[in-house]
Order: sequence, then structure tokens, then C-alpha cells
Amino acid sequence: MENGDLGKGTYRRRHLFDRIMTGFIFLAVFVAVLPLVLIVADVVIQGGAELSLDFFTKLPTPVGIAGGGIANAIQGSAILVGLASLIAVPIGVGAGIYFSEWPESRLSAISSFMNDVLAEFPSITIGIFVYIIIVLPTRTFSAVAGAVALSIIMIPIVARTTEESLKIVPVSLREASLALGIPRWKTVLRIVISTGRSGLVTGVLLAIARATGETAPLLFTAFGSGYFFNSLWSPIAALPLTIYTYGTSPYSDWIAKAWGAALVLVGFMLILNLGVKLLIGRRYAGVRAEI
Amino acid sequence: METQEELVRSEMESSESAQPKQVGFTVKVETRDLKAGFGGNMVLKGIDSRIPENRITAVMGPSGCGKTTFIRCLNRLHELTPGATVEGMALLDGEDIYDKTVDPVAIRRRIGMVFQKPNPFPTMSIYNNAVAGLALNGVKDKKVLNRAAEDSLRGAYLWDEVKDKLSASGASLSGGQQQRLCIARALAVQPEVLLMDEPCSALDPTATAKIEELITNLKKDYTIIIVTHNMQQASRVADYTAFFYLGKLIEFDETATLFENPREELTERYITGKFG
Amino acid sequence: METGLTTARKVRPRRFGGDQILKGLVGAAAIFVVLLLIALGVELTEGASLSLTTFGPGFLIGTTWDPVHEIFGALPYIYGTLLTSALALLIGLPIGLGVAIFLTEKVRGSKLFGYALGTLVELLAAVPSVIYGLWGLFFLSPVLKTYVETPLHAYLGFVPLFASVPFGLDFFTAGIILAIMIIPTVSAVSRDILNAVPNSQREAMYSLGATHWEVIRRSVLPYARSGIFGATILGLGRAVGETMAVTFVIGNTPRITASLFSGGYTLSAVIANEFAEASYPLYVSALIEIGLILFGLALIINLFARLLIWRMTRTTRFRV
Repeated sequence: MENGDLGKGTYRRRHLFDRIMTGFIFLAVFVAVLPLVLIVADVVIQGGAELSLDFFTKLPTPVGIAGGGIANAIQGSAILVGLASLIAVPIGVGAGIYFSEWPESRLSAISSFMNDVLAEFPSITIGIFVYIIIVLPTRTFSAVAGAVALSIIMIPIVARTTEESLKIVPVSLREASLALGIPRWKTVLRIVISTGRSGLVTGVLLAIARATGETAPLLFTAFGSGYFFNSLWSPIAALPLTIYTYGTSPYSDWIAKAWGAALVLVGFMLILNLGVKLLIGRRYAGVRAEI
Repeated sequence: METQEELVRSEMESSESAQPKQVGFTVKVETRDLKAGFGGNMVLKGIDSRIPENRITAVMGPSGCGKTTFIRCLNRLHELTPGATVEGMALLDGEDIYDKTVDPVAIRRRIGMVFQKPNPFPTMSIYNNAVAGLALNGVKDKKVLNRAAEDSLRGAYLWDEVKDKLSASGASLSGGQQQRLCIARALAVQPEVLLMDEPCSALDPTATAKIEELITNLKKDYTIIIVTHNMQQASRVADYTAFFYLGKLIEFDETATLFENPREELTERYITGKFG
Repeated sequence: METGLTTARKVRPRRFGGDQILKGLVGAAAIFVVLLLIALGVELTEGASLSLTTFGPGFLIGTTWDPVHEIFGALPYIYGTLLTSALALLIGLPIGLGVAIFLTEKVRGSKLFGYALGTLVELLAAVPSVIYGLWGLFFLSPVLKTYVETPLHAYLGFVPLFASVPFGLDFFTAGIILAIMIIPTVSAVSRDILNAVPNSQREAMYSLGATHWEVIRRSVLPYARSGIFGATILGLGRAVGETMAVTFVIGNTPRITASLFSGGYTLSAVIANEFAEASYPLYVSALIEIGLILFGLALIINLFARLLIWRMTRTTRFRV
């Protein structure tokens, strides 16, 4: 690099350019943060009006009739995410343990690569998959199908964060345990996992956050419903589905409900995410809740 | 003046082993043609040694000579590294610990280890750290555990300092205290042999002195093998010293003899600081 | 002398001991992941097979999507997906990069401010896609239509890009929403990459008398170039797979046109809108084939991104 390169023009011009670029960068930051502020504001303003005790406890009323609420959507989301977690957490944590403790095996390399591919799968195609393997054979949309779809989205997140949390546990702790004559399986389950447990919990919480916000995979699995949960094998409501269905409808009272539901959902996501951040203190160099 | 290589080669060719077969002590641990390495790389090239019972044996040598690998072979920790290889025999009280019928986990209860950097379990209290080896192996009786905790912490010269804060986190102690906690943890399992891998290298002189005093006291009940690169430490603490170089055991003798009147030229070179 | 080894310690290498059980159980979980992915690929391909055999490669360039007459072609959707994603990158990349530069280069002093700002940007990623859609439909779209699209059309309507009468629900709005959504991804990955640039590079430039921006432009960015390119591709991967936000604001009409203000459609949006109503097997199969194309696209893009970032940071695990 010759001195000539940097000497373009006078020092003042270069300094000015530096100032301008800094300005652009500040502008970029402003533009990046602005939508978040606008969205939250909009959701709070539009949705706030809807909030009431009824909103949280009642079923939606038919179009045109005032009142009612989205209690079924809240219940449905809770059931779907709960079921999905029951499936995804054991599998995800298990796979994560395997990747971390037996990294040299071929299965580990292949599976963790596939895990990463799974993490990037467009979520709507996962919905198609579950439609094919569950909805078609059972001839019904169902809570089970919805939960399975969500679990497929959760597994890679849990597996990845588990692996990363356990890998951080120093080798010397494992060796200290083994040197005491503690068998390997106990070393993993009692020492390694307990040392890495905050990362594990974080991963599960982030996966839950992601699953709660997903719409696309539920479109043709859980399908949505206007009623409370009635059986595992019938359609079930969910917050994002309600937002979608009501938000794209032409009815103003439904649209209002959509905003209310949006407020509940955004509130939940923000609290969960901020909670996770507080739990781990600094930027977790791992998974973020998905788009 | 012969080069290091020539010296080692002549040592390897000589039929006299580094350690005479007739020794004036009871042998606790013995190795016969112990070879160990990683992948294709041989670190230990056939070690014959006899370690005395209830004495402190120092293992010394320049970096890369295999001393850490040697002790990790004795508690069968070496083989846990992917790609690690071990051949030959290592005998504890005359029985080969590498025999196919032997459970490595059982060996590690009889041969304990203290590591270079103190590594107490961070999520456990001082008490739980001390009894970890027992509790995690199924011992539930509170009386037994309490007894073991006190005995091992006393044995590690730590009891007085922590007896009022047994439920504090293990990580809340100073470096020297943490290392003594690790020693207590190893002692609680009641091993017969204690392997120590440069246990004081991460500690300040005061903490080091405390641990050296403690080790000297421990030898009446345990056989201790301590890896160290500190010759002063070896002469302070060790009854016997083994000198390793490039994966071979060059000389083994009473510490005083080895330092003042070494038999091998390589040993003398090392002691006088001519290398490593 | 009695040796402890001869008493009861001798045990055959345990085949069903705790170690084996643990390894077996967690290994099974790992196998499950592999099987899952294989099953995904198999089922999608099988589901698409009717359409694949009926239309062959022509599906990818077919421009007609006519369920009534059983003619299906994916080009308008591929076009829509690529166009909106390209737009998203065009806008999202500089902003995301700017944020990353800000956080790594400019906020050296105040840790708390940097942390708070970084958190805010990350929270963008915590907003579910469907809410972006809702906001996009009711707020962003009318705003863009009134303050951006209409003036542009009025004054620059001769330019093909701005030729359509603005309606607000079009490629443009969809592109903007996607841009906002990928900012956190681009920013996070870029931060990691910029942090990976060794300080010695910066210091060398500074010692030559460069201004801060010159240091960034001349030594940091070129060093990080392939990694940032990788971040770009990663953002592209995200944008391609995005469904809900796009469906709300893109207009949902299959169209191939240069005009940004025209309504359009994407691969994911058409699946979302039509899958539940697809009434006969070929229709369903065609939609599944769209899903397959979408998956293929996302896969290639992500593999490429991973390769680029790996070259820069030597890790195959990137922070997303």
C-alpha cells in the first residue's frame, strides 16, 4: 500500500468523508432500530384497545357480534408448544449430548451436519412434510400434526445449543470426574450437564420462543379452530394462526382481534427473549429466536 | 561431546536398564515395556519402572519427554483420548491393570489423580466436591459422607479453613485452596496411589509450600507419584526421582543420588541445565 | 499380599453397562435426526413425483399457473422469490453491515450502550413473521404507497421499475419487509466476522495515518470480505424461506414483471395460500414440487454461505 493511496486530497477532505460515512452508519443503526419501535408501538396501540379479561378468557364470537376473545388461541398455542417440547427436548438434548461427547464418531459428523441443514429448512416445507405423513393418513388436521411440525423446528435449535453448552465444559472437569473412578455415563449426566445447564435451559427457551411464533408449519397441520381444545386428533387454534386468519379477513372486528392477539404474542416473545438475555448476561453466541 | 541423540541411542542399546531389578523397597506400581502414543506418534517408547510403596517418586524431564503420558497411563486416563494407543503392562501390586478382564473405572478408584490446574466442580459446594467420588458412586449414608468429608479435608490441610463454609461454592476458594480441595476430593475415595501432574505449577510460593508439606505428610498412607519440572521441588519432597527423556526412562534413583551423583550423562546434562 | 484386583473387581468389559446405555440412547437421538432429514427429502420428492413426471423440467420455466385447467408452472414464483430476496439484500445488507460496523468499530467505549443497541437489533429477530406481516399490511404498505411509491411512479413512471400503478401490496413492500427481517441475521454474522479481523490489521492502517473510515474500508472490510459475502448469502437464505410476512404484503398474484410496484407471488406464499384448498392430486403435487424447489434453493444458498463463512472464520458453525 503506497502513501499515495491514502493521500487523496487534503486531510480535511478525507476527514469530511470519514464524518459522512460515520453519519451513514448512524443512519443505518437508526433505520435498523426504527421498525422495532414502530412495530411494538403499533401493536400496543392497536392491540391494547382489545385487551380485557374477556379477551383472555372467552372464545371468539361470530363476525359482527361484539365481544369474545382469543382464549382458544392462547390455550391452543400452549398445548401445541407443550407437546412439541415433549418431543423435541429429549431428542434435541440427546443428539446434542452425542455431538458433544462423541465428536469423533462418523455418526456425529453426519448427524450434526444434517441437524444444521434441518435448522435452515423453510418452515412451510416442514408443514408439507407433516401434512403428508400425518394429516393425510389420519384424514384430519390435528393438534398432534401441529405439535410434530413444531417439534421438527425445535429439535435443531435444542441440539445445537446443547452441543455448544456442553462443549464449553472444560475437559479437565470430565477428567477430574473420571479420575475419581466415576463412570463415563455418570460423568456426562451429573457433572457435564450440570455445569452446562444454563446454556441448555437457554436453548430450550429459545426453541420454545421460536415455536410459539411460527405460523407456516401450522397452516395445514393444526389448521386453526374457533373452539377450545377438544381432542388431540382435531384441529386446534394457535395465536399466530388467529393473527393470520383474522388479520387477512375483511372484517374490522376480526382485524382488531388480530391486533390484540399480536400484542399477546409479541409480549410473550419479548419477555421470553429478554428473560433469556438476562439469564445469560451477555450476547449468547449461539442461537437467536428465528424470524 | 556426544549429542543428545547419540547419548539416548547408546542408552537404548545398553543392556542395563535404568533401574536395577533388585531394589530396597516394596514395589507398589511396576511397568514393563510400557509403550503409549497418539495415532502413529509414540510418546512412551517402552518404560520399565518400579515405583516404591509409601514413598514420593518424582517424575522429571524436559517438555515432551512423556512424563504426563506416563502417569496418565497409570490410571488409564490416557486411553480415553481419541486415537490414543497403549501397549505393555502396568502392574498394581503385581496385577496388570491393562488386563482385559479389568474394569478401568475400578482402577481409577484405586489410583487417584490431581491435575495441574485446580479443577473443582463449579456447580458443587466444598462439601459436595470433597465427597463427589463417593456420592456419585452411590454412597448415600450421610454419616459416612460427613466422615469422609472431614477426614479428606483434614488430610488435605484444608479443614480448618473451610469447616464453617462447607456449603460455599467450590469455586469461591483461592487457587491454593482449590487445589487442596481437589486433593481432598481424590483422597476421599481412599486410593492407594496418588498421581499428581505438576500440582503446584499454577500456584504461588506460599500455596506451593503448603501443598508440599501436605504431600510429605501423605506418603505414610499413600504411594505418591508427582510429575514436576521443578528440581528444587523434587529435592524438597521426593524420596526417589525418575528422569525421562524423549519417551525413555533414563535413570531412576534416590533423589539425592540422582541430583548429586547421576549415573547417566543425559541426567547430568539435564540437572546442570544444559537443556530443557 | 492380598491384592484388591483379584477380588470382585474383575469384570468382563461390560456390554450393557451405563456407558453403553447412554451412548445408545443419545446415539439413537442422533440417528433420529438423520432419519428425519432423509424422510423429509423422500416424502417431499415422492409427493412431488406426480408433478415432476407430468411437467418435467418445464415446470421450472413454465409461466402459467392455472389450477382450473391443470396447467402449472413455477417461474412466476421463482421470480418473485428471487426478486424480493434480492431487494431484501440490497437494502438489508448495507444496513446490517452498518449496524455491525457501528457495534464493533464505533462503540468501543461504552459497553452498556453497545450492549443495549445490540439487544434491540437482536429483538428484531424475536418478532414473529406473522406480526411483521400484520404491521406490513396495515402500516408499512400504506405508508410506502403514499410517500414512496406514488411519488416515484408519478415522476419516474417511465422507468420500468416504477411503471405500475402503485397499490402498496407489491414486490417493493415485500422486499422492504424482508430487508428489515434479515437485518439481525446480517448484523449478527457480520459482527462475528468483523470481530475475527485481528487488531493488528487495524493498527497497521492507523499507523499509516488513516482516518477511522479508511481503516474500515481499506483493511477491515477487505479482510472480512469473504465472510461478509457469506453473511449476505445467509441473509438471502433467510429471505428465500420467509413465508408469512411476504404473504400479507405481496399481493398474491403470479406475475413476472420488472415493475417493483406490481403485485407478485413467491414460492412460499403460494403454498401458504393454496395448499389447503388444493382439491386434486396434481394440484397438491405441483404445490409440493414448489416446496421442493424452495427447499433446494434454501439448501444451496445455505451450503454456499457456510462455505464462505468457514473460509473466513474456520468454523463451520456460524452464529445465527
